[in-house]
Amino acid sequence: MTKVGTGTAVAAADAPARAVRRPRRRGIELALIVLAVLLSVYGYCAVGLARTGSLPPGAVGYGAGLGVLALLAHLAVRLRAPYADPLLLPIGVLLNGLGLVLIYRLDLETPHDRAAPTQLVWSALGVALFTVVVAALRDHRVLQRYSYVCVAAALALLTLPILFPAVNGARIWIRIAGFSIQPGEFAKVLLAVFFAAYLAANRNALAYAGRRVWGMQLPTGRVLGPILTVWLLSVGVLVLERDLGTSLLFFGLFVVLLYVATGRTGWIAVGLLLAALGAVAVGRLEPHVHARVEDWLHPFASIEAGQGPNQLAQSLFAFAAGGMLGTGLGLGHSVLIGFAAKSDFILATAGEELGLAGLSALFLLYALLVERGYRAGLSLREPFGRLLAVGLASILALQVFVIAGGVTGLIPLTGMALPFLAQGGSSVVTNWAIVALLIRVSHCARRQYDGQVAP
Amino acid sequence: MTRYIRYAAVFCTLLLAALLVNAARVQVVQSRVYDDNPANRRPVIARYGQPRGDILVAGRPVTGSKDTREQLRYERTYADGPLYAPVTGFASQVYGTTLLEHTEDAVLAGTDPLLSPLALLKDLTRQRAPGGDVVTTLNRAAQRAAYEGLAGRKGAVAAIEPATGRILALVSAPSYDPSLLSGNGADVERAWARLNADPDKPMLNRAVRQTYPPGSTFKVVTAAAALDAGVVTDVDAPTDSPDPYTLPGTRTRLTNEGDGCEDAPLRDAFEWSCNTVFARLGVRVGAEAMVAAARNFGFNDPGLRVPFAVTRSTFDTTLDKAQLALSSIGQYNTRATPLQMAMVAAAVADGGQVRAPYLVERTVRAGGTTVSAAGLRPVRQAMRPGTALRLRELMSDVVREGTGTNAAIPGAIVGGKTGTAQHGLGNSGTPYAWFISWAQGPRQAQPSVAVAVVVEDAAADRGEISGGGDAAPIARAVMRAVLGS
Repeated sequence: MTKVGTGTAVAAADAPARAVRRPRRRGIELALIVLAVLLSVYGYCAVGLARTGSLPPGAVGYGAGLGVLALLAHLAVRLRAPYADPLLLPIGVLLNGLGLVLIYRLDLETPHDRAAPTQLVWSALGVALFTVVVAALRDHRVLQRYSYVCVAAALALLTLPILFPAVNGARIWIRIAGFSIQPGEFAKVLLAVFFAAYLAANRNALAYAGRRVWGMQLPTGRVLGPILTVWLLSVGVLVLERDLGTSLLFFGLFVVLLYVATGRTGWIAVGLLLAALGAVAVGRLEPHVHARVEDWLHPFASIEAGQGPNQLAQSLFAFAAGGMLGTGLGLGHSVLIGFAAKSDFILATAGEELGLAGLSALFLLYALLVERGYRAGLSLREPFGRLLAVGLASILALQVFVIAGGVTGLIPLTGMALPFLAQGGSSVVTNWAIVALLIRVSHCARRQYDGQVAP
Repeated sequence: MTRYIRYAAVFCTLLLAALLVNAARVQVVQSRVYDDNPANRRPVIARYGQPRGDILVAGRPVTGSKDTREQLRYERTYADGPLYAPVTGFASQVYGTTLLEHTEDAVLAGTDPLLSPLALLKDLTRQRAPGGDVVTTLNRAAQRAAYEGLAGRKGAVAAIEPATGRILALVSAPSYDPSLLSGNGADVERAWARLNADPDKPMLNRAVRQTYPPGSTFKVVTAAAALDAGVVTDVDAPTDSPDPYTLPGTRTRLTNEGDGCEDAPLRDAFEWSCNTVFARLGVRVGAEAMVAAARNFGFNDPGLRVPFAVTRSTFDTTLDKAQLALSSIGQYNTRATPLQMAMVAAAVADGGQVRAPYLVERTVRAGGTTVSAAGLRPVRQAMRPGTALRLRELMSDVVREGTGTNAAIPGAIVGGKTGTAQHGLGNSGTPYAWFISWAQGPRQAQPSVAVAVVVEDAAADRGEISGGGDAAPIARAVMRAVLGS
């Protein structure tokens, strides 16, 4: 706060010059949004042309719907966060649009189980939440005040599914009135807010080093406390809900933020050690997790045993079938993956039908999104905003890595939604919330360099 | 803090790089490992993802494709399945392909690189060329005449055009409907089990995959060898043959069905099918010359393809004189496919030349342009042209006044040879009725069809089975169909 105050004084002193006024670049954002909507509509039409030889009936409606949603979001940004990074929203729109195209494409293979309409509703809800957050949250620093409310809510959301029956081996869903909600998704954002607030407040105390062992500074006991708490929380999630992905994500997020806040590599070492211990112990004891590791090491074991290819093998087949340029939208056979083809394995459809070229483009879109988040964090001067931006961007990065690495056989597979692309309402709403917060943070980050000053 | 944010960003970049490198590994570098995994269904789905090309008889397809809307989308259908089954074979989603469906699979399935001239563009768009068509040499009327002539009796018919080697008819009975095996459901499995368990072996292609003792029809080969070797110089001179004939080195006495075979000249012996005369002729020609003559006609050739493989017809190469005597009248280890015996008749009809028979006239792209055409086929001189001319005379006599009068066609020159082959332990089996023949129409310069018919009818009484009675009428129907079309 004091730093910002100083900046204000300086800017006020230079006000008559007005030479530092920065372009707001809302026009660029609008153009990119139009491009993103057009690309999605093009993909939608390409699926129809490839499958039936004619344009799909709802192409205009679909494009118009997506366009109106995107324009609403754009208006919110234009009016309430005019300095925001112009890339964040278009990337979100494009990824969400492509996700809808891929889910619609897979719906064609499963006529009795259509997911695209529901996903469209959730996307609309997500954009609505985005608009509300961008419009209502005047300053992200307000969130700092509610950090303990956030963590309490996050814990409540995480423990809620334990009361509900397990679905496919994982207790991460609650079912209300026909809708499946994954509360853990929402908890991600709340925890990121809490971590950022906690570390921003305590980072100086946490930076105190303990004894040196083997040239490494070990943390002191009062630092170790919170780390161990979060670690236990992660393991608890893993054991009680059998959700390796979420557990990994929480722990990874905390370690990254702890490192960024304190700059202590020792913390990372301790974090990795704990993670390894937890992973090995759980991997040994928990059959669900153990099977995932076995599948990763031997993806073709089930084929050799005469039981046919498992999901990971089918996923690898799909990626390989894509090759460099892909089969073209609507022409692949990723539906062979079967269960979860539209959610956890959605990337396999992208890989098969868009090829390595399309897959790389998707990865680069995610990378760009993460990079814009980090850039916002770097530009800000107050620690809470920085940690929040880095935390939210890291959530996206880790999530993409964990699930994309899982379905391509890089790391053991853990069920997790690929941001924006995968079927899953909670996930898409959460991701729009993340983008909304990044927009707010980037607005503050860029505005502080402008001649204008926050009130 | 800025520095640590940058380090964290570097960490994220490393994660991205790992994803990209791994994606390149899976999708490009090692993609073949995954593509070629037998558990990967994609090649199968692609194979049945488009209609299969058709097999054409006289310009009209005898096959088709049915859109099932299932994962393996297109299924093979057959018009007149049982009639053409010995030619088409089946194309099953479960049990693979046989016969023409098998040998011409690349064209029919659209994978033949010749089907799409722009290979590079095809690799880019990944479009499979539409399946090409296979144009056969079959004569629709002849095929149907042969099939109806057999009327479900066990047996086979092969007809070829002597001057070219084009196969005009290829029938095996009893037959089966290959469309029963096209799909992948439980009914296909049941049909497969039933057809394989059937004691009549309907899926056996008797025309090319079954050998029979050729019996007296083999006397054409023996006569050709005797004439070529100079053992007989005048077909009307007595042959100094005893009746009965005691096989050399044994006390087995060979007899004839009829009388008048003692010292009979070649013409009469051929006309009345004297076993004694031909057995002794074979011995006089000698094993070496007999083996060479049989080989020249196509016996002992393991590599005959039309384009699917034809089972080797055999003439034993290690014979003592008694065995040689029996082999020379088409018994002992002498065995021939019906197609092989049609080639023997064709050699007589075409001045002693044997042409490799073939079924595929040409293959064409979906648009109709030719992919490949049957070129010149190898020709082998089986006997001197003069010998062939004399044999034509002898065979014509058989039809005019001998054992083969049932094959006569008014207005046409027809030559033939009957055969009734003993088989089984102690010749206890029902004999096979054979007839091989050729026919020349009134306005034709040379014979236009050569046929071989074999009927193995277990239901008939032993005495009634005969080449002239059972097989000759079928041969006549086929020859008529060819001459009339």
